[in-house]
Amino acid sequence: MVEVVLWGGLRPFAEGKASVEVEARTVGEVLRGLAAAHPALKPHIDAGVSVAIDGRIIESSLTEPVGAGSEVVLMQKLRGG
Amino acid sequence: MPLDHPSSNDFTVVGTRPVRPDGVDKVTGRARFGADASAPGMLHGAILRSPHAHARILRIDASRAEALPEVKAIVTRADFADGLTGENWNILENVMAGDRVLYDGHAVAAVAATTQLAARDALDLIDVEYEALPHVIDVDEAMKDGAPVIREGAADASVPPGMHPNVVRHHESGHGDVDAGFAEADLVIERSFKTAAAHQGYIEPHACLAQLGPDRKGEVWCCTQGHFNVARTCAALLGIDASQLRVTASEIGGGFGGKTTVFIEPVALALSLKSNRPVKLVMSRAEVFRATGPTSSASMDVKIGMTRDGRMTALSGEFRLQGGAFPGAPMEFAAMCAFAPYNVPNIRNIGWDVLCNRPKQAAYRAPGSPMGAFATESVIDELCNELGLDPIETRLKNASREGTRAAFGPKFPRIGLVETLEAARDHPHYAAPIEPGQGRGVSCGFWFNHSGETSVSLALAEDGTVSLSVGTPDIGGSRASIGMMAAETLGIPYEKVRTTVADTATLGYNDISHGSRVTYASGLATIKAAEDTIDKLCGRAAAEWGIDREAVVWENGHAKPAGPNAGDFEPLSLAEITSKMGRTGGPIAGHFECTPEGAGVSFATHIVDAEVDPETGATGILRYTVVQDAGKAVHPSYVEGQFQGGAAQGIGWALNEEYIYGDDGRLQNPGFLDYRIPVASDLPMIDTVIVEVPNPGHPFGVRGVGETSICPPLAAIANAVSNAAGVRLTELPMSPPRILKALAESGDG
Repeated sequence: MVEVVLWGGLRPFAEGKASVEVEARTVGEVLRGLAAAHPALKPHIDAGVSVAIDGRIIESSLTEPVGAGSEVVLMQKLRGG
Repeated sequence: MPLDHPSSNDFTVVGTRPVRPDGVDKVTGRARFGADASAPGMLHGAILRSPHAHARILRIDASRAEALPEVKAIVTRADFADGLTGENWNILENVMAGDRVLYDGHAVAAVAATTQLAARDALDLIDVEYEALPHVIDVDEAMKDGAPVIREGAADASVPPGMHPNVVRHHESGHGDVDAGFAEADLVIERSFKTAAAHQGYIEPHACLAQLGPDRKGEVWCCTQGHFNVARTCAALLGIDASQLRVTASEIGGGFGGKTTVFIEPVALALSLKSNRPVKLVMSRAEVFRATGPTSSASMDVKIGMTRDGRMTALSGEFRLQGGAFPGAPMEFAAMCAFAPYNVPNIRNIGWDVLCNRPKQAAYRAPGSPMGAFATESVIDELCNELGLDPIETRLKNASREGTRAAFGPKFPRIGLVETLEAARDHPHYAAPIEPGQGRGVSCGFWFNHSGETSVSLALAEDGTVSLSVGTPDIGGSRASIGMMAAETLGIPYEKVRTTVADTATLGYNDISHGSRVTYASGLATIKAAEDTIDKLCGRAAAEWGIDREAVVWENGHAKPAGPNAGDFEPLSLAEITSKMGRTGGPIAGHFECTPEGAGVSFATHIVDAEVDPETGATGILRYTVVQDAGKAVHPSYVEGQFQGGAAQGIGWALNEEYIYGDDGRLQNPGFLDYRIPVASDLPMIDTVIVEVPNPGHPFGVRGVGETSICPPLAAIANAVSNAAGVRLTELPMSPPRILKALAESGDG
């Protein structure tokens, strides 16, 4: 299981939880797992998110591996000028 | 991608300062910008724009304009695709109004005629009947009960119930217990701040030439930061296949984020489709101000607690940004970046994205971060003043380091904030005396940097020279820096590489040149493409020598036997191998496609000296020093240029630049005479210090540098001006009337 930390604004869509545990080995599985566990998160995930794994920000790749002991933090999708 | 270059001392080309490849073209006028494109039979386009801030379109009658013999096509919203959703719908709605105009300058119709004059004359003959609607310009006003509703139902699911319909997105993040943190502090200061909408101020207006035939195949030549995005977006807005639209990026006279979307390209294509002729569209400066994307304006509240010895105990901020009449104001980045430089156990930041009757905001260098830094770093400066603390030592005491939990969630990997603070502290500027009436300001700033889809091709010529094709328009010297990385990897002189920005039919998809990503991502892909090429070169050498590929290594531009056991062969240079490549297996080229995921975050620290004339409110910037972590500066002159450019634009944003609206909601200053950007005489020499803390996510350690340099200036200048004036300035720009007002209110005026 991987513990995924949500940003504060998402907690109302995950029954108030600050983090959610999902079964996942990749970023894609993390996102699918979150949406399955808490369907109210799906619109936010579909709108675009980044995922930080042990401090490394994964902006878009769904195939990045996620280790069982990794710190996984959901972040707003990045963009720039 | 790991950092695989062992030491910066091993670089031969990287870190040098060769001549820029586009220099001669630009100083001789040979460079071709967007408006330089032309085609046989070309028509000229012009766009009719709304004179209202908010109005319902009751009727458009173009019959008088159509009767002109010079007019060949007129388009309205009906000439674009329907059924779009999401951001494509937002972009189309911005490019050409639907049933309502949402801001002064919103496009309503467009004409293509045989001359530019005829096209403009024809606009006067299009009759539009409007029903004026109430409008709102200010972000705080737009959130209040009773404010005019700009678009019902535009809010996404993040917005809590009970908010005004103009509030369309919400962000909240942080950690710890801020109430407990504030209770722990010896001093708590809370202030409210406002920043005005500022334009990127690029010198080249938007310009394009478009051709789209009845077979629905087309071409566009335009100035843009992302021609692949132009192809994708225009195809969606016109209802054609993306691959049938070939887009070529011209030289670009500045973008800074403002050319990351489309404004006129879909209109020119629609006119071309209707007229079956190529159509050129060039914006006037007034159109650039009224109808392209300035940055958001912001209203912010920041509260910080600090102990007597300078330890921050809690940070709390609320950031309200308007992004025009469309969702997208970068409030989440203002919120996430504002506190990123600091290691504080209790943090709460909240953001609100709000609609107003203004043009759709576009990115502007590190969107959102400069506003957030302005509010946060101003309060830190005030705390230091109140507690008698040194502003840099205090920032060092609280600085984020490797392992710090960032305000936006994860722990930081290796970062260079402390190194920028130490370099600023040790710089002669920080110890230099200042005179009475002058003030010094310091600020830190943070930006994420971006990676994005990237595709590169590298072809070798028979004479051993290299043609490198990238898909990221060169907005800051990237052809030089990327060519240098190719030369470094191949072991050949920089002058043997020519880097070209290829069109959309030539390469795989490339994300826009934004997010400080180009030297990082296209550079990384180039290194990998060069390594792909080296593998093929070594294979040719191995075949010639009759040994295994694995027995050949590449060193200093030559294929060599890997060791004595591989055999005794004279090294073969790149040119020796390519001279006969046609007879040894065919042309040699390398390529690489990726979405790299290792863009390292970046920090900067700025020092500013300013003086204020209490009689006139005029401000002078006396001295400016930028210290920033570049990871590895590939071409230091370009890096320094990015540092200086960010500071110069920040000076304008802090002191003078401002979208000014009348009571009628119309923009009052759509020109450089009334919208005052800094000119050379406004600026001191901007000193630069490049800090190099390598990014582990890039083979050479590169971090993006294009955006972070605009994060600290608003705050650093506000701190300098406030310290010079003896009164805290909380609203930008700090124009003479605002400074005089603040002095008068403080009793010093």
